[in-house]
Amino acid sequence: MITLEGYGWRHAGRRAWAVRGLDLRIERGERVLLLGPSGAGKSTLLHALAGLLPEDSGEAEGVRKVDAGHVGIVFQDPQSQLVMSRAGDEVAFGLENLGWSLDQVWPRVDEVLRQVGFGYERDRATDALSGGEQQRLVLAGALAPRPELLLLDEPTANLDPAGAALVRRALRDAVDADTTVVLIEHRIAEVLDLVTRVVVLEPGGGVRDDVPPHLLTGPLGAELAAAGVWVPGHPAPARHAANPPGDVLLSTRDLRVRHLSYPDVTIRAGEALAVTGPNGSGKSTLALALGGLLKPAAGEVRSPDGSPHRWRAHALAARIGSVFQNPEQQFVAATVRDELALGGTPTSRVDELLTRLRLDHLAGANPFTLSGGEARRLSVATALAARPRLLILDEPTFGQDRRTWIELVDLLAALRDDGHGVVTVTHDPDVVTALADRVLDLGRSS
Amino acid sequence: MTSTATAIQRSDALLARRTPVAKIVFLALFTTSALFTRDVAALGFALVVTFLAAPLFGITPWGLLRRGWPALLGAATVVLSLALFAADRSGTVLVEFGPIVITSTVLGNALSLALRLLAIALPSILVFSTTDPTDLADSLIQHARVSPRFAIGALAAFRLVGLLGDEWRMIAMARRARGIDAGHNPVRWLRLFAGTAFGLLVGAIRRGTRLAVAMDARGFDSGLPRTVARPMPWRPADSLLVLTGALLAALIQLIAHR
Repeated sequence: MITLEGYGWRHAGRRAWAVRGLDLRIERGERVLLLGPSGAGKSTLLHALAGLLPEDSGEAEGVRKVDAGHVGIVFQDPQSQLVMSRAGDEVAFGLENLGWSLDQVWPRVDEVLRQVGFGYERDRATDALSGGEQQRLVLAGALAPRPELLLLDEPTANLDPAGAALVRRALRDAVDADTTVVLIEHRIAEVLDLVTRVVVLEPGGGVRDDVPPHLLTGPLGAELAAAGVWVPGHPAPARHAANPPGDVLLSTRDLRVRHLSYPDVTIRAGEALAVTGPNGSGKSTLALALGGLLKPAAGEVRSPDGSPHRWRAHALAARIGSVFQNPEQQFVAATVRDELALGGTPTSRVDELLTRLRLDHLAGANPFTLSGGEARRLSVATALAARPRLLILDEPTFGQDRRTWIELVDLLAALRDDGHGVVTVTHDPDVVTALADRVLDLGRSS
Repeated sequence: MTSTATAIQRSDALLARRTPVAKIVFLALFTTSALFTRDVAALGFALVVTFLAAPLFGITPWGLLRRGWPALLGAATVVLSLALFAADRSGTVLVEFGPIVITSTVLGNALSLALRLLAIALPSILVFSTTDPTDLADSLIQHARVSPRFAIGALAAFRLVGLLGDEWRMIAMARRARGIDAGHNPVRWLRLFAGTAFGLLVGAIRRGTRLAVAMDARGFDSGLPRTVARPMPWRPADSLLVLTGALLAALIQLIAHR
């Protein structure tokens, strides 16, 4: 099905090869989990197998043979994969493109929607679906033309645990036995029973390991965990507060934002609070209200200095640092250094932050070119620049590999132990276990 | 943007469910005729027809007024500003109040302009608020031989446009969190606005690129002949609608040149 011999790809304008020296054979019907730390070229390889690397966008070497009639691919973010505004049309889109005749299209659409467990009518608006439902729809669209090769690029990384479980169940139920599957996933415990083979890429190039799934529990598991892969049986180290919490930094009373009511919250210095709850329970909205970015509809958010949403921006940034789910929304400058120097941060503070968050070698880089882990560190650094005592983060561990995850949790724990208040909105159960001193579950309390 | 996107209603009313291309040809004939008319009676006729036709599109006359409030506001502004500032003040003097002189010519010009604005805006609201974008793309491909590459591509882009409003609010909040606001300084306000717009653009391009890759991966525009999953027959009623449009357009001109 797939033959790679000494395959390599270098994106145009880059000095380093994204993948190189890759020898790999995958037979029909195999289920392959592709592993490797960030930057090992997993996504690039998947794009290459799907034929999505145009010749003029870079340079290839070696042999790449993919012998599959039709190739389906599913990416991380459902929002940027949905084409049509109605669910049935979305699944039919790929069939239309491939020239399926009309009397075959709709029976197949209904069949594949049933297989992935899509619980709505064909007419259902795609915008009205949750992330997990949208991603199941994307999967249905990829499966509809009966692909011989199905490629999955972290299909559950952007979803809450319930949504991710929906997609995994759909994968289990809907993929034909003779379909070849290549899957990239950081969280492998949940997908190990879906695969028959694990291939680990070496960041420098080539294949590092090629083993059956059960071998991941041995010494190889420990080695991979150290290299940044989430391996079952290697939990992240816990970082709980050594000292009791200090003074109150922020509190709410009878808070209502948009149409959501919230239980009263108190946030203290030297304490890490995790806000959890299913999608739609208003976690991110609460973070924005606590951060002084949204005006409460009723009730109040109070700090010893007043109501955060009334403060001017520079006063706000000096008291409360907010880190958004998507780091790129917060970047405004042309280099990492300028990003930190924004608003008159002293040079000594900029240097300190660059060193502390291991960004010093990237000081001259454009923030939009950073990798996921680097962009996340920079967004935390920018929130810290004006030395706020309270830090509010929305899903800071989204899509991070194990190594950047541990770095981030260590950093947040260190900030808390320095006397910062840390509020983390998250549906990552490991963050709650490893970091949180207190949990506010919006799913249960409201 | 979001308000127009969500305002679309799929209706079973007689004219609402006509083929989108037929509706658009009807609209083009009708509004072009109104555009080249200055006669108040003819424009009044066009508006009466519009309100009488509204229930056939599944919209009550009152509902049309409510949806068309920006056009009404525009029309009122036109009348007011012309009454105050018009250069041509010939004709019979109707009202004289200090420097304000309202003559029959002034009033006639103002009324004609305002009615023209309404006779173009209100029928457009009738047609577009009852036309689903997907149906429009399908109809353009099947009846106007527009290339699927363009029609479906525009449709996908239209879906992303709906997300831009939320994106704008997020970027604006992210900037406030970074300590950037304009206060009362207009120059800084302008720079902040430009910066936010640039951030929005960068995000839109990234998302658009990802969507384009996802569409490529599903065989879009791959050179294969594309089939149509939602065939849309062109019915006699669609031809009749186009014919009615031509008839009404002619009638407007007849009244204007009576």
